[in-house]
Amino acid sequence: MLRHLARRLGQALLVVAGVVVLTFAVMRLVPGDPAVAFAGPKATPEQLAEARARFGLDDPLPVQLLNYARDLVTGDWGTSLRTRQPVRDDLYLAFPASLELVGAALLIAIAAGVPLGVLAARHKTRLPDLGVRLGSMLAVSVPVFWLALALQTVFAGGLGWFPIAGEYDSSLDTTSPLTLWTNITVVDALITGNWPIFTSALWHLVLPALVVAAYPAGVIAQMTRAALIEEAGQDHARLERALGFGETSILTRFALRPALNPVLSLIALVFAYAIVNGFLVEAVFNWPGLGRYAAESIRSLDTPAIAGVTLLVALVYVLANLVVDLLQGFVDPRTRSR
Amino acid sequence: MTTDAQPLRRLLPRVPDRFAAFGAVLLAVVVLTALLAPWLAPYPLDEPRPLERLLPPSGAHWLGTDQVGRDVLTRILYGGRTSLFIAVAVLGVSAVTGVTLGVVAGYAGGWVRDVIMRVTDVFLAFPALLLSLALAIVLQPGVNTVILVIAVTWWPWYTRLAASVAASIATRPYVDAARCLGVPAPLIVVRHVLPNSLTPVLVQLSLDAGGVILTSAALSYLGLGAQEPTAEWGLMVQQGQTLFTTNWWVVTFPGLAILVTAFAFNVLGEGLRNALDPRRAVR
Repeated sequence: MLRHLARRLGQALLVVAGVVVLTFAVMRLVPGDPAVAFAGPKATPEQLAEARARFGLDDPLPVQLLNYARDLVTGDWGTSLRTRQPVRDDLYLAFPASLELVGAALLIAIAAGVPLGVLAARHKTRLPDLGVRLGSMLAVSVPVFWLALALQTVFAGGLGWFPIAGEYDSSLDTTSPLTLWTNITVVDALITGNWPIFTSALWHLVLPALVVAAYPAGVIAQMTRAALIEEAGQDHARLERALGFGETSILTRFALRPALNPVLSLIALVFAYAIVNGFLVEAVFNWPGLGRYAAESIRSLDTPAIAGVTLLVALVYVLANLVVDLLQGFVDPRTRSR
Repeated sequence: MTTDAQPLRRLLPRVPDRFAAFGAVLLAVVVLTALLAPWLAPYPLDEPRPLERLLPPSGAHWLGTDQVGRDVLTRILYGGRTSLFIAVAVLGVSAVTGVTLGVVAGYAGGWVRDVIMRVTDVFLAFPALLLSLALAIVLQPGVNTVILVIAVTWWPWYTRLAASVAASIATRPYVDAARCLGVPAPLIVVRHVLPNSLTPVLVQLSLDAGGVILTSAALSYLGLGAQEPTAEWGLMVQQGQTLFTTNWWVVTFPGLAILVTAFAFNVLGEGLRNALDPRRAVR
């Protein structure tokens, strides 16, 4: 187990190093001189030279790359050209909002996907199975930005059941200000017992979380169904059948646990995908997360901020994969050798 | 085998597995309407009629008209050409790149494999849409940029797939035999390893086409893809999004077109996978 751990950690570090190099390369490709962007269009040549020196833009590229990597490791993720704040601080505000959205979406996806997968496997080739397969196929094929617009128009704009946009009703900031702990609004409101903001935040979360949940819910339902049907054909299921267990209890009591193993590894993949899909949903629902931050940074050619977002999401992805790999190696030792 | 749910089960009608066939028919319709767009479209492609702006669906305009008076049905038909062209180009480029690298890595093994697979891992660590976003702002937005940036993020999947298949084929007796006869490695790869690695790649291509179409539509929706006056579904949604409440048809139909196309590819892909991999054929 220790050797497996060391090997996987080494691989993950290599990937992270590659990600840093690639991010640096993309950043250097962005058109426009960062010094001009920072000093402003009316800057004197002296101010420009000062800005160039400040960001080390006169050094040769390999030196810049090394400096960049050193800064990242020491926690200096650069200064945003737009907000003039350290990128790390900006990300510290935006990332929890994205995490809130994606976390809620994944909870919905698991809560819906696994039971639907069980239902389909239990009644395979019959009507419920057909319904689940059709529904899950539609869920993975729908363009998220369009689904977001449609739900917003119908349920927020037309019927008025849910708020149109935002993370919570900001007028509550004056009546019951929120103490920040984790920067995740729902969690902070819950642990500080701030019920007005908690309910408001929950209400605002419903539509965007449902949209982000569509894709993972579809994938999880399909995977659960396929894995369950395979498990139900195994020897242990025949034994259980011979012992007189009903099909439903074979599926839920014995087959579900091993079948959820591949579903677990899927969740890491779906997690990163959901963050990026969240970008599109955040744009529609004006959600103050990474997606909105990235969109605004892109519009103002804010290279350090763009690099920060790219790097953060890639890091989260690598980390999620690592955790799931290790978990699986722990749960199912057969996967370690690879 | 009497179980509690048995009576309920008997009530449910047995449905034949016509999923894949359904997907194939749907896809054929999408492809045909896109190819025949110039003959099927009721109006010329770029003909804004300012007097016919935002007309609701009617006999003259089946799907209504958009904010500059263009027929929505016409633009959706032509938009199919854009989306399918992007999908074919992206999958072509990434499959050729990915499979070449993957087969080499899988057959060669050793440090060659390690280097190729680690580089692949780095590219895999970037979610496709994110790297596409970063690249799309660097390059001039347009259909060619969309193809390039999605292909850059898509090839690693084929490398991974082809490498694992090729590695298992490299141990087959017929490959050993060829090696013992002194057949040079490149020839073994081209003659034996490559053709036998292609089946899973073809299935994956069909499964991925829907994803490419969704990604390219998302890029266009963000304004980083196809530009006016190109007829593209994601772009049509973006341009009409403020009109959703008042003129629903401008946004609804292009979105449905994306959904139907991605759905058709996904259903067909799943059917192919089940047909070719008996272990997954669960019926």
